Amino acid sequence: MNDQPKIDLSRPVSDEIRQTTCYMCACRCGINVHLNSGVVTYIEGNRDHPINKGVLCAKGASGIMQVTAPSRLKAPLRRVGPRGSGAFEVISWEEALSTAVSWMKPLRETAPEKLAFFTGRDQSQSLTGWWAQNFGTPNYAAHGGFCSVNMAAGGIYTIGGAFWEFGQPDWDRTKLFVMFGVAEDHDSNPIKIGLGKLKARGARVISVNPIRTGYSAVADDWIGITPGTDGLLILSLIHCLLEAGKVDLDYLAQWTNAPLLVNGAEGAEKGLFVRNAESQPFVIDKATGHPAPWDGKGVQPDLGAEWQGNRTVFRHMVEEYLKPDYAPEAVAARCGVTALRIRQLAAELAEVAFDQAITLDRPWTDFRGNDHRDMPGRPVSFHAMRGISAHSNGFQTARALHLLQIILGSLETPGGYRLKPPYPKPVEAHPTPHFVTTPGKPLTGPHLGYVRGPDDLCLLPDGSPARIDKAFSWENPFSAHGLMHMLIPNAHAGDPYRIDTLFLYMANMAWNSSMNSARVMEMLTETGPDGEYLIPRIIYSDAYASEMVAYADLILPDTTYLERHDCISLLDRPISEPDAAGDAIRWPVVEPDRPGSHGVRCFQSVLLDLGTRLGLPGMVAEDGSPKFKDYADYIVNHQRRPGVGPLMGFRGDGSETGRGAPNPDQMKRYIENGAFHQAHVPEEAAFMKPWNAAYQDWAVKLGLYETPQPYLFNIWSEPMRRFQLAAEGFGPRQPPDHLRARLKQAMHPLPIWYSPFGDEDAAFGYTVHALTQRPMDMYHSWGSQNAWLRQIRGRNALFLPTKIWKGQGFMDGDWARVSSRAGVITVPVAHMAALNENTVWTWNAIGKRKGAWGLDADAPEATTGFLLNHLISELLPDRDGRRLSNSDPVTGQAAWFDQRVRVERVAAVDHPRGTAEPKFEKLPDPPRFGGGRHNSSAKNWAGNFRRKFVRPAKEQR
Amino acid sequence: MTALPEATDRKLGLVIDLDTCVGCQACVTACKGWNDQGGGLSDQDPYGADPSGTFLNRVHSYQVAVPDTPPQIVNFPRSCLHCEDAPCVTVCPTGASYKRTEDGIVLVNPDTCIGCGLCAWACPYGARELDAEQGVMKKCTLCVDRIYNESLPETDREPACVRTCPTNARHFGDFSDPDSKVSRLVAERGGYDLMPDMGTKPTNKYLPPRKKGPGEASLLAPLLDIKATGVAGWLDKMLGKLPG
Repeated sequence: MNDQPKIDLSRPVSDEIRQTTCYMCACRCGINVHLNSGVVTYIEGNRDHPINKGVLCAKGASGIMQVTAPSRLKAPLRRVGPRGSGAFEVISWEEALSTAVSWMKPLRETAPEKLAFFTGRDQSQSLTGWWAQNFGTPNYAAHGGFCSVNMAAGGIYTIGGAFWEFGQPDWDRTKLFVMFGVAEDHDSNPIKIGLGKLKARGARVISVNPIRTGYSAVADDWIGITPGTDGLLILSLIHCLLEAGKVDLDYLAQWTNAPLLVNGAEGAEKGLFVRNAESQPFVIDKATGHPAPWDGKGVQPDLGAEWQGNRTVFRHMVEEYLKPDYAPEAVAARCGVTALRIRQLAAELAEVAFDQAITLDRPWTDFRGNDHRDMPGRPVSFHAMRGISAHSNGFQTARALHLLQIILGSLETPGGYRLKPPYPKPVEAHPTPHFVTTPGKPLTGPHLGYVRGPDDLCLLPDGSPARIDKAFSWENPFSAHGLMHMLIPNAHAGDPYRIDTLFLYMANMAWNSSMNSARVMEMLTETGPDGEYLIPRIIYSDAYASEMVAYADLILPDTTYLERHDCISLLDRPISEPDAAGDAIRWPVVEPDRPGSHGVRCFQSVLLDLGTRLGLPGMVAEDGSPKFKDYADYIVNHQRRPGVGPLMGFRGDGSETGRGAPNPDQMKRYIENGAFHQAHVPEEAAFMKPWNAAYQDWAVKLGLYETPQPYLFNIWSEPMRRFQLAAEGFGPRQPPDHLRARLKQAMHPLPIWYSPFGDEDAAFGYTVHALTQRPMDMYHSWGSQNAWLRQIRGRNALFLPTKIWKGQGFMDGDWARVSSRAGVITVPVAHMAALNENTVWTWNAIGKRKGAWGLDADAPEATTGFLLNHLISELLPDRDGRRLSNSDPVTGQAAWFDQRVRVERVAAVDHPRGTAEPKFEKLPDPPRFGGGRHNSSAKNWAGNFRRKFVRPAKEQR
Repeated sequence: MTALPEATDRKLGLVIDLDTCVGCQACVTACKGWNDQGGGLSDQDPYGADPSGTFLNRVHSYQVAVPDTPPQIVNFPRSCLHCEDAPCVTVCPTGASYKRTEDGIVLVNPDTCIGCGLCAWACPYGARELDAEQGVMKKCTLCVDRIYNESLPETDREPACVRTCPTNARHFGDFSDPDSKVSRLVAERGGYDLMPDMGTKPTNKYLPPRKKGPGEASLLAPLLDIKATGVAGWLDKMLGKLPG
């Protein structure tokens, strides 16, 4: 048609594109930030980036609303009213920094442990940990204790790598992919890209999850398991596979500790590996019937050996899992899955692993020196996340799932689950935890590590915990990420001791990141007999006016993600792929301008500034001046080991990768390269990495470790057995009596299952499981301030399964009173059929406190929005006068998903609709920058009609 | 009212794979971001009690009951389907709503749109939204300002929703070419029209969810009677199989 309007089809998008790394969640995607005259106008995915390959999630594409959010802070703040009142005065950066130093310096000189430094969802733990180490406090950790440590530790202790983002299925080759409790909020774009590949090929996807949303919605089969029973289901699958002889004996014999001999003699060595004169465990060679080195060339380990009364791990394993206790018929009711469904799943796994095996024509050599013609693959893969990790049996459940992958022979083979550099990395290549304090001196090593036995626990001479969070104590020996959820309760109680200054970064502990949030708010404001706060000083850094801001004494305002430097480092949580090590940067694509105020500063630069003022080693030059000008300078010039720094790329003269002298042009080169760098794994090294000599050599060359670190997968865990031995009374270091039984159970050297601790609440009438999920379009508390994302999900309801919905006669628009042993909430509900029949759930962290995040007081997030946190106690019920933390007994992982509740319909006359309970007083608005999305006035269509047609008439008048 | 072209040179549109869409909302904000770029799509009360705004693409999740199988969830992206017999065009009193002859894309001319809302009433799919601030009707443009945009690299000349979709559940192409990727997907996977009885002849197609349920592998047979032989018998039988 000729009368089609002419439209400009080639309008330029922007006058400049700057590439950096997203921070709308922890996925770390590459983004193209489009600017027009220096103003950000559009954000899209970077096609060349290894993580997202051009795609971007709902959060990433809404980043523009985050960097302009009205909740942005604008200047340092000092509390002037009572804590929690929100009364602040704006102060200069000099005042803020000198105040912080005046609080911290005396602590360092007298009692460094009185500073507790904990960080939230930041991605700079190699810097923050190093800073705390140089300060000399043992009290440092990030947020992994309330997030993922069961997955991390369960993986490291078993396979030297983990689920979460530290590995991924071989998306191009796997034929069957099974997800257990996979959250949709972590590694989210890579998993979505992977699912897309499977779907395009028609590969089969199975989800085991009490809730069918997101990834589970597109799964070809869904098993709506009862929360906390995944481990039992997995061990039943192992039972079925063993019963049918469907196990990969060759894999078990060569790559796992299945053929090692377990000491059978009663006494202090029972259950440890039998060792030779060189203190090495060994195997029995089938060819000779005699002992042979576990790593000897040409040795054929005998899985069934029994030698001098000592049996192999394999024999122990088979005896355990062939027990009728693990038969599908025995576990079905408990798991909420029929025996037939369990047997069907076992059959599918076996068929794909053994009848549809694949082979890659890639010769390779193993660490023993044996040559292999090709790489056999078993194309069944698994993934697991929060659904497993957030239970008090999560560590052992993670181990169980790794064992399932191991007996199928699929881990690290083509088509199976593959680890990403710097993993695989065995326990032996990780540090042990360090904690011994000396006033005025740094710790002798990093805080967080992997305990090998009771000797590595962080205990004071009197046997009490050395750390404020009681990490690495008998209560949770393998707490490799600390217990951030116990920090405030313990500091408030002075248990194990009192601290002076709480230093927090980007962790919303006064709201959605704490269990028992209402009580935590009280803990932060309670005073002792002397009128002083029980937690005397709180310093907090955040970019936004979160709920936590009101509870701090000193606020150090941070930048938004487009205004800052960062490194996503191999020393921390890199952006590697199974086929490439990768790291990345952020850089200020826009300046952190807050006109008219003192402004904000990148927290990591502030931390280095504080370090210089405190005279911390490594942060002061010889002449007393700052060793690093700012975080960017540190990223480029800091060396953790000679030649190894935060970034691997463009070192030395710019051509060196991994190892090399600092290169002053490194940041520039990263920016030119799209803000990331990759080092590709050679093809012959791409699979079987823990045992592949070519991979080990590549890893050493890159600087991942100093010598090759081949190892065997740990079906039997000797570190765990050492704790069981201690609990049985062996060894010089003994647990308190009240923990012996629990240690004996939880520290079983084989993966086992026990009821989640929360199940005990069922006896009190709290029979329903209560869970939360984080939506794919929100990242914890950050999302709600985002003008676009809150339009998608600004409200939450408690989803009820059909059994409860119909059973109590719920109707649309109803509300329910939800109670637990710890509290009561009254909230809106909705019906959901695709849900385990004894489970209720809601979206995580939609609920906000009135007055926070720059939202209006009548925003739905603050009126009908709610948290389950008020129902979740940070402590288990009293037992013999003691209350232990509500955590996994092995790792201290917060057991969020153990929660049991009672749900009762509430009539409208008993509860006015419109406000969720409990209600909290509105937080006063702290000084913030404001701005944000333009609130356009709405005109109705009639008005517009008038504008176009009636205006001429008006003009005539 | 407004006439539709008798035929279009090409039929550009989307295939949306309901077997693959996880409902992540990525396409929703990618679309918002592209079409906003500093205020193209207004928002009302963005930090208040009832935030609302103009979106050209939304994703809804539906619960589906299928007899004898566990309940299902279908994530359903919804945007303009660029119909061949587009009732939103024929109903337009000013000619602002039109279907392009060269590629079949349905657009609104903001200069002549009076915001009367008739087209939104006429569209059976709810795919049009009146921008409350600008007073003109907004709808999916199939990113007509991207797909021919010579200032973009050639790989980026596709709609923003397709470019960003993490699961690759959205495909863009020409349905008039039987060999195009979108035509082949429709043929292979049983792509269907949304509400065909409305007679709108939508260009966009949806691929249905695949059949769900347990796999078909035969149940595993026990190696032997473990109760009779004990674990020792199992070990003998299993380890006899080990090569070497």
